[in-house]
Amino acid sequence: MGMNIKRKIRDFHQAKWDEPIIYELSAEGERGILMPEVEKEIEEIIGDGISKLPENMIRKHAPNLPELSQMQVLRHFLRLSQETLGADLNVDVGQGTCTMKYSPKINEQFATSLNLTELHPSQDESTVQGILEIMYKMDLFLREISGLDKFTFQPGGGSHAILAMVSIIQAYHESRGESEKRDEIITTIFSHPSDAAAAAVKGYKVITLYQNEDGLPDVEALKKAVSDHTAGLLITNPEDTGIFNPNIAEFTRIVHEAGGLCGYDQANANGILGITRAKESGFDLCFFNLHKTFSSPHGCGGPATGALGVTRPLLKYLPVPLVEFDGEKYYLNYDVSDSIGKVRDFYGVVPVILKAYSWVMSLGSEGLKEVSLIAVLNNNYLLKKVLEIRGAGAPYAKGRHRIEQVRYSWEELTKETGVTTEDITCRMTDFGFHMWSSHHPFIVPEPFTLEPTESYSKAELDEYVAGLKKVAEEAYENPDKVKNAPYNSVVHKIDTASLDDPSKWAITWRAYLKKCKRKPGNRII
Amino acid sequence: MGEKKNKVYPYIPNSVPEVKAKMLEEIGVNDIDVLYEDIPENLRFKGEMDLPEPLTSEYALKRHVEQILSKNQTCREYISFLGGGCWQHYVPAICDVINQRSEFLTAYAGEPYEDHGRFQSLFEYASMMGELLDMDVVNVPTYDWAQAASTSIRMAARISDRPEILISNTVSPGRLSVIRNYCKPVLEINLVECHSETGQLNLDDLTSKISAKTGGIYFENPSYLGCIEDQGKDISDIAHKHGALSIVGVDPISLGILVPPGNYGADIVCGDIQPLGIHMHYGGGLAGFIATRDEERFVMEYPSRLFGITSTAVEGEYGFGDVTYERTSFGSREKGKEFIGTATALWGITAGVYLALLGPQGIQELGKLILQKSQYAMKKISEIKGIKIPLSRSAHFKEFVVDFNTTGKTVKEVNKALLEQGIFGGKDISTEFPQLSNSALYCVTEIHIKEDIHKLVQTLSEFLD
Repeated sequence: MGMNIKRKIRDFHQAKWDEPIIYELSAEGERGILMPEVEKEIEEIIGDGISKLPENMIRKHAPNLPELSQMQVLRHFLRLSQETLGADLNVDVGQGTCTMKYSPKINEQFATSLNLTELHPSQDESTVQGILEIMYKMDLFLREISGLDKFTFQPGGGSHAILAMVSIIQAYHESRGESEKRDEIITTIFSHPSDAAAAAVKGYKVITLYQNEDGLPDVEALKKAVSDHTAGLLITNPEDTGIFNPNIAEFTRIVHEAGGLCGYDQANANGILGITRAKESGFDLCFFNLHKTFSSPHGCGGPATGALGVTRPLLKYLPVPLVEFDGEKYYLNYDVSDSIGKVRDFYGVVPVILKAYSWVMSLGSEGLKEVSLIAVLNNNYLLKKVLEIRGAGAPYAKGRHRIEQVRYSWEELTKETGVTTEDITCRMTDFGFHMWSSHHPFIVPEPFTLEPTESYSKAELDEYVAGLKKVAEEAYENPDKVKNAPYNSVVHKIDTASLDDPSKWAITWRAYLKKCKRKPGNRII
Repeated sequence: MGEKKNKVYPYIPNSVPEVKAKMLEEIGVNDIDVLYEDIPENLRFKGEMDLPEPLTSEYALKRHVEQILSKNQTCREYISFLGGGCWQHYVPAICDVINQRSEFLTAYAGEPYEDHGRFQSLFEYASMMGELLDMDVVNVPTYDWAQAASTSIRMAARISDRPEILISNTVSPGRLSVIRNYCKPVLEINLVECHSETGQLNLDDLTSKISAKTGGIYFENPSYLGCIEDQGKDISDIAHKHGALSIVGVDPISLGILVPPGNYGADIVCGDIQPLGIHMHYGGGLAGFIATRDEERFVMEYPSRLFGITSTAVEGEYGFGDVTYERTSFGSREKGKEFIGTATALWGITAGVYLALLGPQGIQELGKLILQKSQYAMKKISEIKGIKIPLSRSAHFKEFVVDFNTTGKTVKEVNKALLEQGIFGGKDISTEFPQLSNSALYCVTEIHIKEDIHKLVQTLSEFLD
């Protein structure tokens, strides 16, 4: 039979193993792996090694880890993996802003090769010329893509790159004796939450600009916000709405005139590669998420890289070391005069850099541009189709096109049926789909954010739209069906109340056993 | 040119011209460029990105990348004694099998329904770490130990509502640099001395520096220099007496045999899980953990995701979800605790697999084995003429300092000679710790066999003779 192509909706059921917690699978005495035996000679000379320890530092009881044989460990985690959807398996357009694209398998092969995995970061530079070359060349690529002058890969994610940007902004003002006076960072409500939060970590007051009726941050509001307290601007563009801010150069000009610096949050640059750059918009700093736009997989939430670039005058503030090339060999440069220090130990999440490098090498300039063109084509196709669904809307910029994503709204559907975004999210999982709402606070009522990237075929986009349409129809015909979902996912409606209750929340199994007054032991299935 | 325009890309299905045309027609425009109407002309990039010619076939790409990577020499071909924040341990095959699973590798931020397995794996990771650390709360991992320490310090400052943190002067210099930047300008960081013969914290110095403005004392155990700090209880007591918190950084692989910091008074414990089944990746395998007791005043100060277990509409079914989401910057932007974003979840899942494989006996045996091998190496090296082991009055775990001052050679020269014989000598810490001038930090783990240590000792002896 297979899938009914006309119907376009799958008769789906996710793997459900009813898999116990690993402690419930524990059987006394079983071993998952054995370590090498110590050599006789060593034991004869040294003894057990433990008796040399101070008595008060010797652990008396072995940690209560579970006891399982090897295949049982494997099976448990394989089952848990099957109870996870993953972008390789689904049409993952529902996590808007996250740029869920194809992560080529060949790049995984490179990143898992012993020539990378078995490198120690303190090895002699002569023995790591290959990986330094990759890092240096990736820096060169990103200079071309952004127009800025130098990149570091130290930040371990987009939010971490934001923290590094704010640190550099602070160091810049400090060098001019203005760091105390300039104590405000300006951002926008449709920029990532970390643009506000990481600034606060560095002691800044945060000014958040809200959208005008076009969905854009207002130039006049920015003019009122800037002053001699302004340290800088951190802004996403296109913002979470997928609308490109055409006044962006005006924004950077206003902030520069007030004496501030401008940091471009390009975590998601998937719609603008080769189209528009940080440089032409007047930015001093920018970053790209290599795990988003540049195809490295998301890994359930990392490891990741926020590649951070700056213009020449800010180079001296970058974290150390920088990867440089002297014409013959690659080397690590610690001689950075006003460096903020380090934001991460060593040099960054190197396998992610390698994957991004390989991805760029497979596409080249023309290919990168094609990525963006198709991402934008897919998004506007999806926009057209979603707006045909009863109850769905796309606030702001009516009748205009969007860049790589759209923040939609179920407001009309909720008003007419009582079914919410959260309900629809749950029901979508019954068809093998994810649908993400949006960052808090929900400025757009009953939001959902879709980003189809370049990776999905037209047929796949049609399938996702058919899923949305089906659930919307159900909402009008049988709202309870949607409200009580999911039915075909791994688990059923979750009780979330206990997760906010200190007397009930349980972040580890041992805490759970204490709070539920349950005895440890095996569950009877 | 016409031919070029029709290029079809394997990663981009809708690059097929006919599909493109059909989709444009549905949208109602005749060119993709129209879709960019909001980007003004003056912001358009008019040039060409100067990137290398693409290697469009997978085979050509493979040749290219492998050729570059083959310029590396690794710790597999060389015998390595490098540690200092990133360590070579054995990685069980199953760890790699699980973290290469498509589902885990390519999932991101799904709901606790279709991503139930992601939530359960990370809950189990936290549960096993909790047992290892004897703590009830463990976060979804952050970037690395440096970040975990930085956040632990910020948490302590918020809990105590005090502006200063004291830090042992033997912590990793890399980590200290991260901490300083992360705390600037909100917190004052001051260093506490350690005894030069033992590497143990100087309690007199601590007592003289701690005050009513001190929010916490942070030290590492084993320290960056490998010394086991046995005054943990005294340090924690001094902190608590002054209303400050005790914060301890720890190498989790030592906890099969060493007492977990919570047992000697630590309030917040942090460290790196890279030793637990994660390859070094040139330093890219790091991932940080933070653990505390299950008290609201601690839990509410984490910036991290915390995954909790709960029930569902079906009796007996486990569900999972975020504990106190509003606490995070995802929930409350700058009003949340610090910030949260993508960090190192996949390494957390991997460390969970590792701990499940080792079990209680395995982690104990491993700890013992590392002690035996490192003590053996220390003894053999100390017998070489001119070499000193400066902090040998303390017990060590995995790492120790080797002093070359009286050998007439610099660490740089020694390491060059070792390199020529296929050995990566210990990390040169001459500039990191000027008081230990011309010294190196050696790391010995379960991966070193007796012959590796003999080869090191023999090569050193011959070179220094």
